[in-house]
Amino acid sequence: MAARKTTKQPADKPNVSADELKALYKDMLLIRRFEEKAGQLYGMGLIGGFCHLYIGQEAVVVGLEAAAEEGDKRVTSYRDHGHMLACGMDANGVMAELTGREGGYSKGKGGSMHMFSKEKHFYGGHGIVAAQVPLGAGLAFADKYQENGRVTFTYFGDGAANQGQVYETFNMAALWDLPCISVIENNQYAMGTSQQRSTSSAEIYERGKSFGIPGEAVDGMDVLAVKAAGETAVAHCRSGKGPYILEIKTYRYRGHSMSDPAKYRTREEVQKMRDERDPIEQVREMLLTGKHATEDDLKTIDKDIKAVVNESAEFAKNSPEPALEELWTDIYA
Amino acid sequence: MATEILMPALSPTMEEGTLAKWMVKEGDTVKSGDILAEIETDKATMEFEAVDEGVIGKILIAEGTEGVKVNAAIAVLLEDGESADAIVASAPVAEAAPVEAAPAPVAAASAPAAPIVDTSPDWPEGTPMKQQTVREAIREGMSEEMRRDDTVFLMGEEVAEYEGAYKISQGMLAEFGPKRIIDTPITEHGFAGVATGASFAGLRPVVEFMTFNFAMQAMDHIINSAAKTLYMSGGQMGAPMVFRGPNGAAARVGAQHSQDYAAWFMQVPGLKVAMPYAASDAKGLMKTAIRDNNPVIFLENEIMYGKTFDVPDVEDYTVPFGKARIWREGNDVTIVSFGIGMTYALEAADKLAEEGISVEVLDLRTIRPMDTAAIIKSVMKTNRCVTVEEGWPQGSVGSYISSVLMQEAFDYLDAPVINCTGKDVPMPYAANLERHALITTDEVIAAVRQVTYK
Ligand SMILES: Cc1ncc(C[n+]2csc(CCOP(=O)(O)OP(=O)(O)O)c2C)c(N)n1
Ligand SMILES: [Mg+2]
Repeated sequence: MAARKTTKQPADKPNVSADELKALYKDMLLIRRFEEKAGQLYGMGLIGGFCHLYIGQEAVVVGLEAAAEEGDKRVTSYRDHGHMLACGMDANGVMAELTGREGGYSKGKGGSMHMFSKEKHFYGGHGIVAAQVPLGAGLAFADKYQENGRVTFTYFGDGAANQGQVYETFNMAALWDLPCISVIENNQYAMGTSQQRSTSSAEIYERGKSFGIPGEAVDGMDVLAVKAAGETAVAHCRSGKGPYILEIKTYRYRGHSMSDPAKYRTREEVQKMRDERDPIEQVREMLLTGKHATEDDLKTIDKDIKAVVNESAEFAKNSPEPALEELWTDIYA
Repeated sequence: MATEILMPALSPTMEEGTLAKWMVKEGDTVKSGDILAEIETDKATMEFEAVDEGVIGKILIAEGTEGVKVNAAIAVLLEDGESADAIVASAPVAEAAPVEAAPAPVAAASAPAAPIVDTSPDWPEGTPMKQQTVREAIREGMSEEMRRDDTVFLMGEEVAEYEGAYKISQGMLAEFGPKRIIDTPITEHGFAGVATGASFAGLRPVVEFMTFNFAMQAMDHIINSAAKTLYMSGGQMGAPMVFRGPNGAAARVGAQHSQDYAAWFMQVPGLKVAMPYAASDAKGLMKTAIRDNNPVIFLENEIMYGKTFDVPDVEDYTVPFGKARIWREGNDVTIVSFGIGMTYALEAADKLAEEGISVEVLDLRTIRPMDTAAIIKSVMKTNRCVTVEEGWPQGSVGSYISSVLMQEAFDYLDAPVINCTGKDVPMPYAANLERHALITTDEVIAAVRQVTYK
């Protein structure tokens, strides 16, 4: 295998149509509103256990999904609600899984961290930090084996990037030219540990260098930059050149999970990010200043999304608990 | 002097083989490296080389012989100038005895002698007591040992600046500083190995796993590096260290975050396993664990962290390993449990007492070493036993206890031992299913009724 040079190219903003831009806006807004609702239901005791919200990071998954094609696969961590909505999974089924009900994607047996959809090629929600990384390479292995031209997006965090299995995977993925994109969602913190405190070298995207895997750092608050980088990565993988790394610089507004007081950073740090870099606000601005949408159009979008989210909450409250027999099913195939 | 050439073992598992072909004959002079014979093992045909120089005096096993035991004499090698007569003088070698396997230890099937049990109280009458949560007790145990011994340090994810994901190490960074309270990246396999290496070199690490579910990433170092090194080094070096953290189900955190590993670790020679229930034991066992010269698995429980108990308010309170605690004396049945299982055991005993069933409740506190003597002694009195634990049924701690009772107290049992365990399923997320997956007090009560026929 020829060694590849690691490149860091600023992602060119692609020309997107007004409709595409609106679609990105809608997808991000759906995640934001859905997560806010999930936080609310958690507070009401309708959702239990761990619940990791994606608020602030919406542009990452929405931008990359815009670069994916039907049949491409994705796998991620426990911070997975946004990924499911973005790949087209139904809000009702996701919310009902959060409440642990029969109508949930895993019949209530998986919970917030463990949802799957074969139909949407979503291979989960995984609770063990970085376990999804070799799993993602395995999905890509299967695609290559089956010569089906698909690529896999493996999402993991800046904290997860320190697990040994990530580098074992990089080596195999490069060795075997696996069509998988490692998407490092660098939100600067792993629970309460900032990236500087856990990581010996700051540039995570360069960590594929010694394996010959090209990597790129991307502004993850800019959905168009993410989409452009995603397109480059997808083209690389799909053409048979092997794996690709995208380190997407993002930020989570909420605590690590619902029970995290987040004392490791200042309120001002969060507020500054929200005020100056918010991914949804940026697109809203673009839509308005570019005259691709009117305030009224955006209000309508807002209203529609609220309706979807409210309906998912109703569905999730009213869906019955799984039947007790479900305790004993799905243990063996 | 004549030496015997022995049938070689040509693979780690070979016990016998076929002497396929001699490549030398009697009277041949051989030197080291010459091929003597071809030997077939179950896996391959191998050439067998001479090690010593000399003359083949006698071939003892004819070629083509099958089933030649490893280490059986197959030929006699004479030194230069030695006559073949020398062979006569040597011991009869034609049918060299195969190496005898060490006799298997005979299980104690004979009538049990009354076991010797240490029933001394954990603290003398009149000891001043204080109220402490399990969380505080663990922290106090660690902190006291860190003050006593500066080779002790704490390492793990979020233990320092965040003060512990479950606040066990609160205040410890402030007291002991970053040299001894160390935040790690998320790399369990890595830092478990680093800590084990440090223990080889004389430090006493306490490794916190944010939860024991993540210790699965580090399993290799816990077992292959920490537990086995003392043995592999012939006693030269071992791993005096503690692996600790919450174990078992919390509440609705799903299949990958809700597992009781007691039975897994209990299986490993070289490890010790503590699983306290009460705060006093959490503290006393923690101090003992840190001082122990072996790797200790210290299984805590998130749900227990906030529970308050009486703890002796004395300097240097320790609890020995391998000594069960009798929480409640009774005559009709023995319930054996440990860790959070004790909650159900004690609750069941209270309820059963109202019906006039007298339950003896034993808290193992450490499950390796296990105070089997205390279990046997109690069962000799009550003749019935129920075990309670959160883990899965197959290969459970309870199933080990059952086998001990079968072998050592069979004559005293009036009913089969029942193991109350978690259900044989991954932990579901849904609230109603999780309730059913976990062990309940009612199930313990039902088991007691069953063994007492009431
Ligand atoms: C192997 C393992 N170790 C520890 C944990 C506990 N844990 C859950 S999330 C997390 C932080 C992960 O941070 P990062 O990878 O940056 O992802 P983010 O939460 O920021 O999305 C930790 C330590 C775990 N789930 N699995
Ligand atoms: Mg992170």
